[in-house]
Amino acid sequence: MNSVVNPVQQVDQAFYYIMGISVILLIFITVTMIYFAIRYRRSRNPDPADIRGNWKLELVWTLIPTLIALSMFLVGWNAYSGLRSTPKNALEINVLAQQFSWIFIYPDDNETETENELVVPLNKPIKLVITSIDALHSFFLPAFRVKVDAVPEMETYAWFFADRIGEFDIQCTEYCGTGHADMNAKLRIVSEEEYRTWLESQE
Amino acid sequence: MEQTKSFFETPAPPNFKGVLSWLITTDHKRIGLLYLYTITFWFILAVLLGLLIRTELMFIGPTLVEADGYNALFTLHGVIMIFLFIIPAIPAIFGNFILPIQIGAKDVFFPRLNLLSWYLYIIGGIFALVSLFGDGLADTGWTFYVPFSVGTQTNVSYAATAAFILGFSSMLTAINFITTIHRLRTGNMKWLQIPLFTWSLYATGWVQLLATPIISITLVLVVLERVLQTGMFDPSKGGDPILYQHLFWMYSHPAVYIMILPGMGVISEIIPVFSKKSIFGYKAIVFSSLAIAVAGSLVWAHHMYTSGMSDTAVFVFSLLTFVVAIPSAVKVFSWVSTMYKGSIWLGPPLVYAMCFVYLFSVGGLTGLVLASAGTNIHVHDTYFVVAHFHYVMFGGTGFAFFAGLHYWWPKFFGRMYNMKSAYISAGMITGGFLFHFTPMFVLGMQGMPRRYYDYLPQFEQGNFLAGFGAYVMVAGILLMFYNLLRSLKKGEVATSDPWGGVTLEWSISSPPSLHNFETEPQPPEYPYDFARVIGRLRGK
Repeated sequence: MNSVVNPVQQVDQAFYYIMGISVILLIFITVTMIYFAIRYRRSRNPDPADIRGNWKLELVWTLIPTLIALSMFLVGWNAYSGLRSTPKNALEINVLAQQFSWIFIYPDDNETETENELVVPLNKPIKLVITSIDALHSFFLPAFRVKVDAVPEMETYAWFFADRIGEFDIQCTEYCGTGHADMNAKLRIVSEEEYRTWLESQE
Repeated sequence: MEQTKSFFETPAPPNFKGVLSWLITTDHKRIGLLYLYTITFWFILAVLLGLLIRTELMFIGPTLVEADGYNALFTLHGVIMIFLFIIPAIPAIFGNFILPIQIGAKDVFFPRLNLLSWYLYIIGGIFALVSLFGDGLADTGWTFYVPFSVGTQTNVSYAATAAFILGFSSMLTAINFITTIHRLRTGNMKWLQIPLFTWSLYATGWVQLLATPIISITLVLVVLERVLQTGMFDPSKGGDPILYQHLFWMYSHPAVYIMILPGMGVISEIIPVFSKKSIFGYKAIVFSSLAIAVAGSLVWAHHMYTSGMSDTAVFVFSLLTFVVAIPSAVKVFSWVSTMYKGSIWLGPPLVYAMCFVYLFSVGGLTGLVLASAGTNIHVHDTYFVVAHFHYVMFGGTGFAFFAGLHYWWPKFFGRMYNMKSAYISAGMITGGFLFHFTPMFVLGMQGMPRRYYDYLPQFEQGNFLAGFGAYVMVAGILLMFYNLLRSLKKGEVATSDPWGGVTLEWSISSPPSLHNFETEPQPPEYPYDFARVIGRLRGK
């Protein structure tokens, strides 16, 4: 791969980091709770202790989660920064959202337009400049961890690195009315040559 | 004590009988029960709407309804669950009934205002019903996002009016509780002698009072936008749709703490009583409730990372959101530690409370995935979010509500329900819940958006499982209510203190008399001192 850092990996690492720690914490809490319920059941432990707190322990379990939370914040922020820093050489495509379809406008001389099909060349960073012509919509490309709202009279953006050939789902994730669930499109990543021939055939 | 008549036999104001003695009552216990009946009605209705949603989604393509019908279904399910069930449920039912007793008072500070709150709740509910008829069911989701909510032809104005009126009911109840806690505590009950359930309602009350006006104003602006085209949120007239989202979440995020804090209060009561051991870290729980109330009011825009707001805002709100996770973690650790070296009886309320701790922890920990900016982008507005908030709101508040029902039921009615049925229904609800909502985490990670009437083929298996779980869960809920209702006729007569509790409500008869206490009660030095109860147990 090129020198460009692929944000997909950073996002996935953030997922693994946060979810991994969460699963450990969850197992710890649950097992301890069930163990106590069995070990200290009334038939076995008729005489409860009178413990009302322990400030040292309470301090520890306030500070440690604070540190864990801050580390998660940083990992998450780092991944987010990757999603927001578009490389300079990105191919810019305009996206228009409307009830209930996606229009893609390419930067060639003919300003080629497609509906519900986005075709891009392999190994290129792609910048999408997004707006809406009616209600709010949201452009969601799960395979590349990309999502951004389409807002009328305002431009938002997202980018991804087209690092593999294939077809990927695009869905609308901001509720927009009757056809919201049908507002799907396909992303098609093709080789550089195929992209050129395709663009020319679109006249 | 057994000779005094219960509040069921002594209406307040006196001399009224039958239905009228309930409809004009100023007795906080009767008002609590009025809420119990009406809130349960809405809860069951919204549960059944939810079941229709899940049935529709079990199979790909249209199953029961068309797209518009589906959109109305999830809107109604959300509006009813949020505004007519989760927000009022614990404060209005248990708060009304138990809060004055826990602080040794005869009633709330403003009994008539209390009744007015119930009537506002009913009027709000009627508006929600009216919105079901006429030009079409509201179809905006409970979030009423502009510009869609301004343009759609459906009954959005009625639904918004309903939420507006319900907001007033909520605020008046909050004023009442805050004043009651300040002014009516018995004898010399100091602030750090107040039971934790009452503390949680105190923290909740301030959030309700300060945050609810924002949603009221916002809903008025939406209606003005619809009727007069004011353009506040319309970009073509210089307005800003993202402003609406800020205003909406400025209330609606604090509102999730309005929903969960009272639930945490219920759990903080039940775990010590069934462990026969003091709550671990009373002060830490009190201060974490207040910390959640304050910090929870400053994190609203974490619902908006993808909205197009600035990256600086994303940074700030993500950081603050992680901060608010900490007091919740402190509470969970305190609950689990309370059980350490206790003498634990797994009664139905504790079973629900332990399920609460597990489900709420899952909900809270998946909240970290959503708080983190980079991961949020992928799962925002997908089924991951749906699963997350059902774990917190249903697994959390809903289970706390069930726990509270089983805990205070004998105090309300003086009858004990069937234990075996209570365990079976708790098992069905929890098992069904896990099948119902766990697949949604996976669906969300795979990229299935929420509010989808239909979906891509790869999502069918998860949706089928979720639907299956939903049926088990709903059957459990119906069994639970049947078991509780049945106890009114067939249940054993409950003693004044069936669980061995130490807060003041367990020192008076079940059901309580009109003025709760025959003599001025003495609050215990420390609210969770079980020495006397343990002595009594040993005596047996």
